[in-house]
Amino acid sequence: MSKNIVSVNNLSVSFDYQENFLSKKQKIKAVNNINIKIKKGSFFGLVGESGSGKTTLGRAILGANKISTGNVIFHDDDRDYDLTSINSKEMKEYRKKAQLIFQDPYAALSPRMTVRDIIAEPLEVMKITNSREETDEKVREIASKCRLNLEHLRRYPHAFSGGQRQRISIARALVSNPKFIVADESVAALDVSIQADILNLLKQLQNELNLTYLFISHDLSVVAHVCDIVAVMYLGHIVEMAPSRDLFSNPRHPYTKALLSSIPSIDPENKSKAIELEGEIPSAMNPPSGCVFRTRCPHASQDGKEENIEMGLEEVEPDHWVDRCGVSCG
Amino acid sequence: MSHLLEINNLDVKFDTDEGRITAIENVSISLDQGKVLGIVGESGSGKSVTAKSIMQLNPGNTIYNDDAEIIIDDENVLKFTSNNDLKKIRGGKVSMIFQEPMASFAPAIKIGHQMIEQLMIHKPLTKKEAKDISIDMLNRVGIADAEKRFNQYAFELSGGMRQRAMIAMALSTMPKLLLADEPTTALDVTIQAQVINLMKDIIKEFNMGVIFITHDLGVIAQVADDVAVMYLGSVVEQGPVNEILKNPMHPYTRGLINALPDINNLDAPLTPIPGNIPSPLDRPNGCVFRTRCPHASKEGKEENIKMGLVEVKPGHWLDKCGVDCGKK
Repeated sequence: MSKNIVSVNNLSVSFDYQENFLSKKQKIKAVNNINIKIKKGSFFGLVGESGSGKTTLGRAILGANKISTGNVIFHDDDRDYDLTSINSKEMKEYRKKAQLIFQDPYAALSPRMTVRDIIAEPLEVMKITNSREETDEKVREIASKCRLNLEHLRRYPHAFSGGQRQRISIARALVSNPKFIVADESVAALDVSIQADILNLLKQLQNELNLTYLFISHDLSVVAHVCDIVAVMYLGHIVEMAPSRDLFSNPRHPYTKALLSSIPSIDPENKSKAIELEGEIPSAMNPPSGCVFRTRCPHASQDGKEENIEMGLEEVEPDHWVDRCGVSCG
Repeated sequence: MSHLLEINNLDVKFDTDEGRITAIENVSISLDQGKVLGIVGESGSGKSVTAKSIMQLNPGNTIYNDDAEIIIDDENVLKFTSNNDLKKIRGGKVSMIFQEPMASFAPAIKIGHQMIEQLMIHKPLTKKEAKDISIDMLNRVGIADAEKRFNQYAFELSGGMRQRAMIAMALSTMPKLLLADEPTTALDVTIQAQVINLMKDIIKEFNMGVIFITHDLGVIAQVADDVAVMYLGSVVEQGPVNEILKNPMHPYTRGLINALPDINNLDAPLTPIPGNIPSPLDRPNGCVFRTRCPHASKEGKEENIKMGLVEVKPGHWLDKCGVDCGKK
């Protein structure tokens, strides 16, 4: 049994919000009481619609968002980093070990830097290498692992297609030799055939470099294909979490079921039996009390008893966690 | 019976600083009333340019070939020169829905005002009548509180709501032909399911023809009757959606399907199409797909092939070059 690399305990992240400078400050809870453990070497998937808090959770784990309550612990081989009590020196070390791959490879790369400089920048900023030769050596090594043409290192990003740019972003994230990668919608902007290529590359690099991924995506079929374990988020809460095969063959929460049924099937005869959800995801400024999904839930009761439920995951089968409210109605 | 829309031998070229580039080559498609034609392909395959040609929305540096025809109601749109003629098409007989609804509404004008404005341009209506039609249309597309939304700005609506408003606006002039350019791509899956069902109902109710452009084969399978697969400006395979998706013959169509993660078959490997889509500046001669085709011959005989569709089965059209290699 492999060890955990990241533990997230009762994590909440809220943002201050003020409608205008005279009105009262409000708190928006983007991520609410999350508990997850990411095993070393796993491909952990996080799915949900826009506004569900996936990105905020990913950024909080990287220390890029302030944690309001709870904590995030990164377990390195020899020591633990607790992100709530980390000092700036330790933070610098942590940054070498945990990196982010962005969604849009057109926006993530500076147009004024050569590919070599883009990939080398983390090495220089984090002072990992001591000489230019050493930097160049590392850049070439990672670039060839990411299947970039070494002759292209002197060019600028505008000369590359979306798929090649995404490979440059991946190389940049991996050059500091991190152990944990957050890939935030990293294939969402790509065409299907390039998407397949990048997903295969991520898998291959995982094996070669012993990486652990937190893979954030809104595309369930992509997540089903690459991830070992998947958590489904809705309005800041995890409503279901299970090994991916289990989740996709046996979804328990009504939201997961609706999400799965909404994927348009490629078989024209399999006309959609989509469980159509009413309305849209409510605003995080004013989330429903009790079960956050109750306003769209097809099983919500008439007497509104879901208003007083406290959300929280229960283990219904080994490793298969479902929100309490969803256990009964699912 | 004549078709609602007929495109014959359309070539579209753009004059740019770097030379003349071919965006569309020899595309012929037709569409009947009440049918949905899906156009699918990767970015840069010419899907949107085809749709924009129908509305004459391509930029000023566009060059159409002389023998191209885009026929709507026995009139060749490409021969229209005056604005009055074009008005009949734009927003009149033909409406378009775009991918990003935030970009298609003017941000500083109320939605209701924009709806009334375009209605009054095309129909002899009073302001009151136009308002009634618009609010009725907003109701029909499932917008709650239509009266209130009518007086709001685009930024006050959520993504799904904006797309519904866009559909309501496009439909309020009762077009015969609807061009939907990636209308669900920017939406979340549950909202996408809502919008797809809405569009299906509306297409049936209004009995119009629809060209549905998307890169998502799943959406095509659910919405379209027929599908045309485009690659680098050419249609490589075309036919009834069931036939094309179940029995794809062109290596590009097969490649697209194999690259798609299938939720019902998690063990299937994801197979990317090798290489990158070439720049339109150096479009391959002969078969446009030959640079990425797994069946391309060593001696390069595909360089001298002239592309063109042949009917391999009733209704199933396939590019000539793909006929042989599709059998492999």
